[in-house]
Amino acid sequence: MNKMQIVLNGILKNNPTFVLVLGMCPTLGTTTSAINGLGMGVATMAVLIMSNLVISLIKNFIPDKVRIPAFIVVIASFVTIIQMLMQAYVPSLYASLGVFIPLIVVNCIILGRAEAFASKNGAVDSILDGIGIGLGFTIALTLIGAVREILGSGAIFGFSLGIADYMPLVFVLAPGAFFVLGYMMVLFNKLAKK
Amino acid sequence: MANKFIVATAPHMHNPHSTQSLMRDVILALLPALGLSVAVYGLSVLYVTAIAVVSCVLVEYLIQKFLFKGAPTICNLSAVVTGMLLAFNLPSNIPWWIIVIGAVVAIGVAKMTFGGLGHNPFNPALVGRVFLLIAYPVQMTSFPQPVGDEYVDAFAGATPLAALKSHAIEVGDVNLLNMFAGIMPGSMGEIAAAALLVGGLYMLWRRVITWHIPVAVLGSMAVFAFIVALTQGGGELLYAMPAFHLLAGGAMLGAIFMATDYVTSPMTPKGMIIYGIGIGVITMIIRLWGAYPEGMSFAILLMNAVTPLINKYVKPRRFGVTTAKK
Amino acid sequence: MKSTLFNMVAVLFTVTLIASAGVGAVNMITADAIAAANAAATTEAVANVLPEFENTEISEQTIDDMPIVVYTATKGDETVGYAVESMTKNGFGGAIRMMVGFAPDGKILNVNVLQQAETPGLGTKMADEDNALLRSIKDKKAWEIEFKVKKDGGELDALTAATISSRAYYDAVARAYEAYKVACGYADKADGVSGATATNNEGQKTQEGGQNE
Repeated sequence: MNKMQIVLNGILKNNPTFVLVLGMCPTLGTTTSAINGLGMGVATMAVLIMSNLVISLIKNFIPDKVRIPAFIVVIASFVTIIQMLMQAYVPSLYASLGVFIPLIVVNCIILGRAEAFASKNGAVDSILDGIGIGLGFTIALTLIGAVREILGSGAIFGFSLGIADYMPLVFVLAPGAFFVLGYMMVLFNKLAKK
Repeated sequence: MANKFIVATAPHMHNPHSTQSLMRDVILALLPALGLSVAVYGLSVLYVTAIAVVSCVLVEYLIQKFLFKGAPTICNLSAVVTGMLLAFNLPSNIPWWIIVIGAVVAIGVAKMTFGGLGHNPFNPALVGRVFLLIAYPVQMTSFPQPVGDEYVDAFAGATPLAALKSHAIEVGDVNLLNMFAGIMPGSMGEIAAAALLVGGLYMLWRRVITWHIPVAVLGSMAVFAFIVALTQGGGELLYAMPAFHLLAGGAMLGAIFMATDYVTSPMTPKGMIIYGIGIGVITMIIRLWGAYPEGMSFAILLMNAVTPLINKYVKPRRFGVTTAKK
Repeated sequence: MKSTLFNMVAVLFTVTLIASAGVGAVNMITADAIAAANAAATTEAVANVLPEFENTEISEQTIDDMPIVVYTATKGDETVGYAVESMTKNGFGGAIRMMVGFAPDGKILNVNVLQQAETPGLGTKMADEDNALLRSIKDKKAWEIEFKVKKDGGELDALTAATISSRAYYDAVARAYEAYKVACGYADKADGVSGATATNNEGQKTQEGGQNE
């Protein structure tokens, strides 16, 4: 497969959020603002690239019956590492994402790509797949976060647009996440079809 | 109409009702409550209602014309009813742009997204109301004081249910007669129990609705309140508690006008009773132990979600079919 | 590779060994930075509610089964104020933690909400600068305040449509005041209440709670 195509696939045709509909828990839970969505997306992407790389390298040494526990151990270690790095160097983002960072471990995108891609492909392709899917996830989460931030708190990336009093608060709450996700999924698939 | 030849399964029965005539009756039935509301809150009631109706109709027209590219559906008056019901769920001092947002959500999100009238799983007006309640909690819960009201001076702008929830009043303190006549703070349409009952009787007489849902909702609420009053020592509460809960908040409006929406309520009488009891019980649970003072709109939406399930399992026995004995 | 018992045990053992070594290594690198970040956050929270200070002395108390930390801030030999990290469990969305600054004379200097999960737009206003809750207690003498909102017969303002959050806020401030009284020894001298120590306050609190129910 064409290298560029692997990356684009992850963003468009196999977009994890809008097409595969994977990893809904962080998608709905963390996207209260654009920066939270971006942070969550980048953290997930980092874990995804690293775990894809490592798993594609060790795939031949792992007995079939214990591959899932081995994958989980690899993923969990990277999540813990990312968590400690964020806690140390971006404490404010870490505080606002809270419990969702450790929950990256159980994000089905990561185990899904490990199973479906990294355990069958070489190291370079696996990295590219991690980048593509990771970017797709990051873009989706940032977009959802931006829309919810504008509609819910009248701001974008923290810059107030001065219309906060008129904006329906519901969009930064859980129901708003479902509204925005639903309509963006419709829009994405309609545009992607063309 | 667009479909000249309607293909439907038997029975091919005719009745004099069309969507338009049914909706016209609902609108007529809402008028007494509107009148009473004007008497209590003044002319701003008409202003809010007009904005809600016009924006609902406009949103439906625009979506039908430019997104669906279909024949206009606004003539069936269902958008007008949605607009009126939405307005009835708002305080009369609400800013106009909030009403417009409510209309966009009610028609655009709750109705047209699912394909228009007949396809919406949830009552559009209620979705609009709940959306606004969560989106603009301050504006949606500050009610103007009725003209010449003396029911509890110290707590201007709190509905009886909200005052009860914050322990500002006790059930026994409230003048039930005033509540019956609509002299209390609240949403425009929900305050007027008496006028809503008149409208309900008119709809029963015109056979727009059957008695099952309203009676099941109000009956189960009254029984629930009665039982709670028993556990709290009885006495005067035994009648005050059920009466208070039937008259307060959206009980009447919800039971008579919102829960009976054709599209979102079960089809069989037995199903309607189950649905109504569900609404009544959930409402009382939210009112007594929930975070919100009023639970009618949430209860109706929750039971809307259960309606397909009720329709699936509560079916009338088909004529001539006997259940196989095991 | 074949899934024999030996292979599986050996591979899983190796994978976990390497993984834990990696996590351990990163932990060693970041431990200091994390501690520094946490300390900086605490210092900032204290600095937010107190005038300029040089050192803080930490003492811990338990009131109503909740841990309350008092930072006694000093400049030279002089005590410039007490920052009390207080909390309540009565918030609309669970626990609320806050830092309350007291001047040595018992005046409430500032309140900084550290953690809350209230309803956005309603209860979350408690964390805003210059909100209704803070306004009604800021720069007032704590012993003159009855920590009750108007709806409960007190004199303090509540946030619009967020009475429960407002009650919780004042509950936490009141608890901070209890801790402050103990920390500065005020409780012992105070208005004839003999031996009003933290434990006694605890008993009092629970009684009040019982009456409210």
